Amino acid sequence: MARHQNIRNLDYEAELEEYGAFSDEEEEELSPEDQVRMREGTAQVLEALGVEAHKVPKTQIEESLWHYYWDVDKTITYLISKYIDPPKKPAKTAPPKTAPKQDAAIASASRQSFAHLFRDLPWGNIPPERQAVLIPPPQLPAGLLGGSGAPPKMSKLQQLAAARKKKAEEKSASGEVEQTQVKMTELTVNDNQASKENRPLAGVFGKRVKISETTAQGRIPLTMAEPTRPEIPQAQAPEATPSQHQEEDPIDPEPAVAPPKAQPSAFASTLFGPSSDSPKRRPREVFALPYMAISSYSPDAFGKPSPDDVVLAAQAKVATAGKKSANVHNKKGSSSADGVTNQVSQLKIDDTPLPKSRNLNVLSEFEKQKGKKTASFVVVGHVDAGKSTMMGRLLLDLNVVDQRTVDKLRKEAEKIGKTSFALAWVLDQRHEERSRGVTIDIATNRFETETTSFTILDAPGHRDFIPNMIAGASQADFAILVIDASTGAFESGLKGQTREHSLLIRSMGVSRIIVAVNKLDTVNWSQERFDEITHQVSGFLTATGFQPKNIAFVPVSGLHGDNLVRKSTDPAASWYTGKTLVEELEASEPSARALAKPLRMTISEVMRTPQSSISITGRIDAGSLQMGDALLVQPSGEKAYVKSLQVDDGEPADWAVAGQNVVLHLSNIDPIHVRVGDIVCDPAKPIQCVDTFTLKALAFDILMPMQVDVHRGRLHAAGKIEAIDAILDKVTGKVTKKKPMIVKPGTVSRVRVTLHSKVPLEAGQRVVLRSGGQTVAAGLLE
Amino acid sequence: MRFTNPKHSLSTLDPSGESPVSLLPTTPEDMWHAHNLIAPSDLLRAHAIRKVVTTGSTGSTTSDRVHTDLTIRVQSVFFDPAASSLHVSGTVCQENQYVSLGQHHTLDLELNRPFQLWKHSGWDSVSLKMLEEAVAEDTGEAMCAVVMQEGLANICLITEFQTVVKQRVEANIPKKRAGGSASQGGMTSFYEKTLATLLRTVDFSQPRPLLLASPGFVAQDFRGYMQSEGQKRTDKKLQRMAKDAVVVHSSTGYVHSLNEVLKSPEVQATMRDKRFTGETALMDQLYDRLRKDDGRAWYGAKPVERAVKEGAVGRGGGVLLINNKFFRSLDIKTRKRFVALVDKVKEDGGEARVLSSDHESGQRLDALGGIAAILTYPIYDLDEDEVEEGGEGEESGAAAEEGAMII
Ligand SMILES: Nc1nc2c(ncn2[C@@H]2O[C@H](COP(=O)(O)OP(=O)(O)OP(=O)(O)O)[C@@H](O)[C@H]2O)c(=O)[nH]1
Ligand SMILES: [Mg+2]
Repeated sequence: MARHQNIRNLDYEAELEEYGAFSDEEEEELSPEDQVRMREGTAQVLEALGVEAHKVPKTQIEESLWHYYWDVDKTITYLISKYIDPPKKPAKTAPPKTAPKQDAAIASASRQSFAHLFRDLPWGNIPPERQAVLIPPPQLPAGLLGGSGAPPKMSKLQQLAAARKKKAEEKSASGEVEQTQVKMTELTVNDNQASKENRPLAGVFGKRVKISETTAQGRIPLTMAEPTRPEIPQAQAPEATPSQHQEEDPIDPEPAVAPPKAQPSAFASTLFGPSSDSPKRRPREVFALPYMAISSYSPDAFGKPSPDDVVLAAQAKVATAGKKSANVHNKKGSSSADGVTNQVSQLKIDDTPLPKSRNLNVLSEFEKQKGKKTASFVVVGHVDAGKSTMMGRLLLDLNVVDQRTVDKLRKEAEKIGKTSFALAWVLDQRHEERSRGVTIDIATNRFETETTSFTILDAPGHRDFIPNMIAGASQADFAILVIDASTGAFESGLKGQTREHSLLIRSMGVSRIIVAVNKLDTVNWSQERFDEITHQVSGFLTATGFQPKNIAFVPVSGLHGDNLVRKSTDPAASWYTGKTLVEELEASEPSARALAKPLRMTISEVMRTPQSSISITGRIDAGSLQMGDALLVQPSGEKAYVKSLQVDDGEPADWAVAGQNVVLHLSNIDPIHVRVGDIVCDPAKPIQCVDTFTLKALAFDILMPMQVDVHRGRLHAAGKIEAIDAILDKVTGKVTKKKPMIVKPGTVSRVRVTLHSKVPLEAGQRVVLRSGGQTVAAGLLE
Repeated sequence: MRFTNPKHSLSTLDPSGESPVSLLPTTPEDMWHAHNLIAPSDLLRAHAIRKVVTTGSTGSTTSDRVHTDLTIRVQSVFFDPAASSLHVSGTVCQENQYVSLGQHHTLDLELNRPFQLWKHSGWDSVSLKMLEEAVAEDTGEAMCAVVMQEGLANICLITEFQTVVKQRVEANIPKKRAGGSASQGGMTSFYEKTLATLLRTVDFSQPRPLLLASPGFVAQDFRGYMQSEGQKRTDKKLQRMAKDAVVVHSSTGYVHSLNEVLKSPEVQATMRDKRFTGETALMDQLYDRLRKDDGRAWYGAKPVERAVKEGAVGRGGGVLLINNKFFRSLDIKTRKRFVALVDKVKEDGGEARVLSSDHESGQRLDALGGIAAILTYPIYDLDEDEVEEGGEGEESGAAAEEGAMII
């Protein structure tokens, strides 16, 4: 007991002095009841902490239990608040996870050297003084205390039994195919390592036996793997493949149940196979190569393999395919993302194929390809301006959806008394959206004209859903601003989201805007009304910073389709001779693509598809990618591989570039590490995660140090304006006032923002600050 | 919290702090009060469990846990809001049979066990006010608020003095796909998760006010979900909860949206008498003043101290807002400075409010540096010398490079 108190209370020495007669070991003793309670308590705590348990050093658990006098609940709360709190999203906690594990593994590895000293002793009867002498003090920080660890009198047999039981439970609990795959792939690896004569047994026991052999034969490829490790990004190394990672979780709490003070005795080893902790840990270290598991994920070979398939295939793979693929890799030129691959295959450890990469030069492929240009546009405007209806009509008139579908929707809409929303329902597909007649989230849709293939991003107009609108606008090349021309509606819209949306899209870098003056059928196509609106809106758009040449006005009726695809046939509308909406769209140039920059893509959707249990969609903001590429997901810092991908309208493709909307089917990553709003980037040039940044911001409202929500595309995070460093001149950027108390609307200032959690952000990105449901500022990260 | 001796009261208190005050915490919230009262260098006497090792006649040793009372000189105070527990560490300053002088010990204050406190530098006006609040009648149940948005729910308990985030629920909601059923399922499982967490983390055995807040329809739908779950499970209590729950609009699901929640008419109507609604209103008033930039609202220690010194925070609307964290673990000199500030404002006839940093309005004040004031008359140059700091040269150079300005 004393040891953990020792750590906490520095009076340990004093105590020793005071009770000078007592030696270290005697201090260790807990009364037998206390031992039992400690053991039970620890188990309970670990169980309650679940996967988070690894964050809490065991000593701390015991310490707290003692401290709270075995009150498990209190202990848990304390531990959570101390170690796990502030409750972070699991994905975020991933990177720190690796470090302690490694430490522990190292610690346990070094501890092994003492093991032989115990071989001659009957297990469970090691004189305490021998333990005490043999455990070197520097190992303490590893979190796993040696001989004098808390439950000193717990027999090893009990420990092993407990550990095995726990493990067995966990294993049986997760009977998923993935799990099986994991095991199988591991076996594959082992087949490479150890000779094949030991047919792998499935399950825990089998694995243990195998590992022991690996160890015994001294075929620990640790030395081989070691040199590659520096090449693999740090966070990656210990748990590079999700398969291994998945496996770690269940095992993780185990050492806590069985304190790894030393190697089990020879007797225990004979009985149960090798010890339950250190040797088993080691293989994870050893095979920390990201490529092992991939063979079974190879998309064409196994769309969805049954466990049996996996076994057979994995064996076959190792025998034949492995060598070949290694050679192939060696020959290939090194595209940046494959750097690691090559390193590894040179070492001839990686005998399993990666997702097929053709190692294309994506940019030259892209130039070669002479297709239509692609462009995305966001449809914005005040609530009920008719955005969704207009897009529904557009899709209908372009024959992207057929009349039958719309008729069906109309019938359904009629049933709940929302007939007028039938066209909007083409895009508003969610139950809540339909029953309430309001768009909640971005709907994407596609259509093609002769020259361009367009992606529609239909944004919600309601102010509550502006975060979603921001997400949509961040993916757009240009915008359609829909304005309700009917009496009164225009005016209230101008006060509402017509203005806020315009400010937002402008400050997010959209410079081209097409204003669709809608519902002109309700005012009998009054040219006067159109002119009035045109006048007012262009005044305020130019004030917002749009250049007049980038603003276009089209009088339309979204409901009836006038001037969308076809010129209006209504005689009352004959005064208009300009372009239709689609013609205006075609006349718009998409913004320049940052093709040569490092890869960046914000995840706008995570889903499960037949191709992969984890598929993501989004628009590539910068750079390019291809099949087989390694990707880094931030903020989790986990690596994934592109198993296959689809571009734009779902065409399977080998590569994709900035500006394209893609579906990426990922492999080798646990879904908990991938969330909407996360950023996928190039592992060689990753985006950093920050929790504080400075921003050159244009204020839309009074700014002062205050709580704000930070939005960047789908990503949003809570934080606060920590300080206002200076007010800047709008044009020259010169400091006009330092440390102002407040910033007035319309002024540019440099503000410092801190966030509650780390998020991926980098200089040059545009973010929006909102507070109390209002957009208060937007600006550029410095 | 109450005085252990019923005969004691605020008026019998020894302001020098030399004789102890003996207090009995009776509710978890009292731990928070104790957290405010106990400061470094104070003396604290409370029940402790100490481990003692004895040697038997055979030379074997046994370790026993003994119950004893210990007096320590406080060095640090750790408060765990989620568990409402308070750990006070320091060195033993009164020897007994189990401990010797100078040994380190951490006292864990316990409910329904008295503790004695000697204030090292006496009871000043701020600590007296805190004690007064501590021993005042408990004004009622903590209110539970669930602030949510699609895929995120923060379950909070709002008591008189603090807002405790009990649990954060997150769910990945699949976005829309053709058919639309996926998302519906996603929301339902999000509601399911939220409800389960709510019932697990908050005790509803006694009815307590429940607020559901969100942008859009999330809160409303969640309430609907509670209702239908209540019917499905034929759980009368859940049905009741759903029926009594108040749905409020908030702009996000983050905890700081509680500000909007607390000032919504729905909440004002039911919780008018709660202290925190008043504080929320004061903070709003401050922000409004700051917006007007009329020289009557200032934040940050320096300008506020100047304004107080000039007597600008006095009779006729002067308000000093200061976070209680200023009075917690400060060195005595700094503490005295802020206590003097409070006293001066009171003397001038102004209102001095010590806000709880553990409340949303306190958090808002925190963003402003934890201290702000509304002045009775405008002063414009309180931040003058701060403007002077720093060199301009480097700035203009950088700006020239950047050329065209953003946005
Ligand atoms: N008369 C007439 N009504 C229209 C026209 N366009 C849309 N509407 C009606 O306006 C209402 C709102 O249409 P929506 O398409 O849902 O509006 P929205 O802008 O998508 O709304 P949110 O997405 O919720 O912001 C529906 O009842 C439509 O029938 C039009 O050109 N003429
Ligand atoms: Mg809509």
